[in-house]
Amino acid sequence: MVSDESAEDRPISLFPTQPPQTPQFEHEPQIPQKLTGRLSTSDYLFRGIARGGGVLVLALMVAVGAFLAYRGTQALRRAGWSFLTTQDWDPDGGHFGIAAILVGTILIALVAIVVAVPLATGAALYISEYAPRRFQRGLISLIDLMAAVPSIVFGLWGFFFLEWRMTSLSRWLNDWLFWIPIFKVDGVGRTETGPLATFYTSSTFIAGVVVALMVVPIACSIMREAFSQAPAGEREGAYALGATRWGMISSVVLPFGRGAMIGGTMLGLGRALGETIAVSLIISPVFIIQPHILQNGTSSISSTIALHYAEATPFGLSALFAAGLALFALTLLVNFGAAVIVSRSRSGAVSEA
Amino acid sequence: MTTYGQTVPETTVPPRPQPVPQQPRRLSGVRTQDVLALVGALAAALCTTGLLWTQVAPFSGFIGYVVVTWFLFVLYYGVLVSFDHDRPTVRDRVVSVVVHSLGALVVIALGFVIVYTFSSGWPALVHLNFYTQDLRVTGPLSPLSSGGIKHAVVGTLIETGIAMGLAVPFGLLTAVYMNEVPGTLSRLVRTVIDAMTALPDVLAGLFIYATLILILRRGFFGFAAACALGITALPIVARASYVVLRLVPGGLTEASYALGSGQWRTVWHVTLPTARSGLATAVILGTARAIGETAPVLLTAGVSEFLNWNPLSGPMMSLPLLAYISVQSPEKTEITRGFGAACALLILVLLLFTAARTIGGRGPGVLTPRQQRLRALGSQRDLARYERMMLARTAAGQTGYPEEEE
Repeated sequence: MVSDESAEDRPISLFPTQPPQTPQFEHEPQIPQKLTGRLSTSDYLFRGIARGGGVLVLALMVAVGAFLAYRGTQALRRAGWSFLTTQDWDPDGGHFGIAAILVGTILIALVAIVVAVPLATGAALYISEYAPRRFQRGLISLIDLMAAVPSIVFGLWGFFFLEWRMTSLSRWLNDWLFWIPIFKVDGVGRTETGPLATFYTSSTFIAGVVVALMVVPIACSIMREAFSQAPAGEREGAYALGATRWGMISSVVLPFGRGAMIGGTMLGLGRALGETIAVSLIISPVFIIQPHILQNGTSSISSTIALHYAEATPFGLSALFAAGLALFALTLLVNFGAAVIVSRSRSGAVSEA
Repeated sequence: MTTYGQTVPETTVPPRPQPVPQQPRRLSGVRTQDVLALVGALAAALCTTGLLWTQVAPFSGFIGYVVVTWFLFVLYYGVLVSFDHDRPTVRDRVVSVVVHSLGALVVIALGFVIVYTFSSGWPALVHLNFYTQDLRVTGPLSPLSSGGIKHAVVGTLIETGIAMGLAVPFGLLTAVYMNEVPGTLSRLVRTVIDAMTALPDVLAGLFIYATLILILRRGFFGFAAACALGITALPIVARASYVVLRLVPGGLTEASYALGSGQWRTVWHVTLPTARSGLATAVILGTARAIGETAPVLLTAGVSEFLNWNPLSGPMMSLPLLAYISVQSPEKTEITRGFGAACALLILVLLLFTAARTIGGRGPGVLTPRQQRLRALGSQRDLARYERMMLARTAAGQTGYPEEEE
């Protein structure tokens, strides 16, 4: 404090007649200092190279989109707007469009997300809030490991193990929930008996469940990260106000992690939209819009590309590139949506208290 | 009662209660009624579902049984708890049961995927020739004692190696750029990297197919697959490295700037070494992702039964592709071979992952005991060097610390 020195000089009185004078300083007019430094040559070089790396990534992404568009132009020009509304996929016959495969892609992704999000949220909450301390690290490692497991492994599991075991669940859903349109299966009545399993294999539902299992570790590890960072002060505050554990979670942890939950879901959705191998192993491709998720036969953009690129004529290839462009646009849309939502949320921010 | 003056007033001390042996209060733990509620709900749910399945309605199937049992269990448990407790507690208990079972389900399902793959591929894995031969003389009907996955392992390692050789420098550079050079472009790059992380792998393959395969017209070759894998791994490496670089304590970099070093020297000598272990993890996780991608290699590397060491010509097999192709065969041995390839792939991923955990378990700037010893030795050497220089200067009649020589 500046006034301390002058206070010592003044005679001390218990009842001052006038308030102590604060010393006056003459202020010089302040000139804002220039803070920009001069970069040295090596720093210029460094920044230039680093910027080059960034630009290269941008260029790569633009190039992917541009090449898909360029190669797909031929097909797009021939098909025009019917590319979006045609269900069939017969490029050489001139009758092709992405209506069916786009709907198939989205339905598989939706099934995957509907199955995966509760599982991922539950597992993330379990690991960050409920699991005993000594298991926590192991569980985190397991989930992170599963996020790195190749999709072919999940595909094999779905194809050889899950598919035939899921048919009973599919049948059960169809028997009892057939009045919900998406659970209807054409040609199978409830009273029918016999070898009905083939009606239910290779369906959107089974492909979606397998993709869901792939998405769960990714979404779960993002959510868990955010949940575990929920501020301790606020958690204890909730407990101090008498909250139960669930009360604390629903009032502190979940609002804090909401951004990560949405972000993880969207990232998982991106993965689910683009999943190729597991889906093409499981589904049997049909090129009609198939809203009945339990029924045999569906298709997706990525599996169509993987299954048809080898025997495609140049024009057929162009059509595949056009379909790839649609998938590219779809995933970009989902991801930018996720980025916007996550950046607006509070997730990861430290609390004031 | 006493009257004043007659007796000396005395102090009455209330009798001290006998000290009760203190018992620590149990802050957590299981109470009998909780266990009873759980067991009772489970028993009731099992019985009800059993009734439904056998007597009431013609349900069938194991998974359906488990699902219905679980729903009934949660319902019964809620009802049982509500006999003893109020509403918020009931909600808490029910949610707790749900979360526990979801966690268990995820862990069991994911663990089972791995166990199932290994158990299916085991018959192939026990044959030594599985690791030392390729499939050139092996047909789908040949027994497991002939042919192996050597060509696919070699192909996978070469392709992934080249892919990471491309993706790691650019990924790290991009991460450094996003961390060090702020601005609009940097933010844009960050958004694009985020979007690229979820770029469907089949599109990376399609892009390389459109460029390298269709333009060069040389057929499939390994380097093209490596490029496609590099494109899928690049955003993962960049993103994970960026996260690690952001964790480098600001104090360290500021100290470096305060000592007068420029940005480049700070990045090279302070930021990157501090984040080394995290960067290694980022790279390894990117590798693990690239090694298991099937769709890009399917579109660019081609299928072959031969061992091929040259990535620049001829189709090159890789493990995920081998697994994908083999399991589509109707032959049982061929399917087992496919599972064997998937197991080999899983082992590679497991090894990479373990390496990532071992290297990257520490935060930025936290050293192992060995690194600390080395660091201390380095400091001692520096001190000795300075003292020698001082002595030399004093002998030459100069004082003060000398300028650091370049």
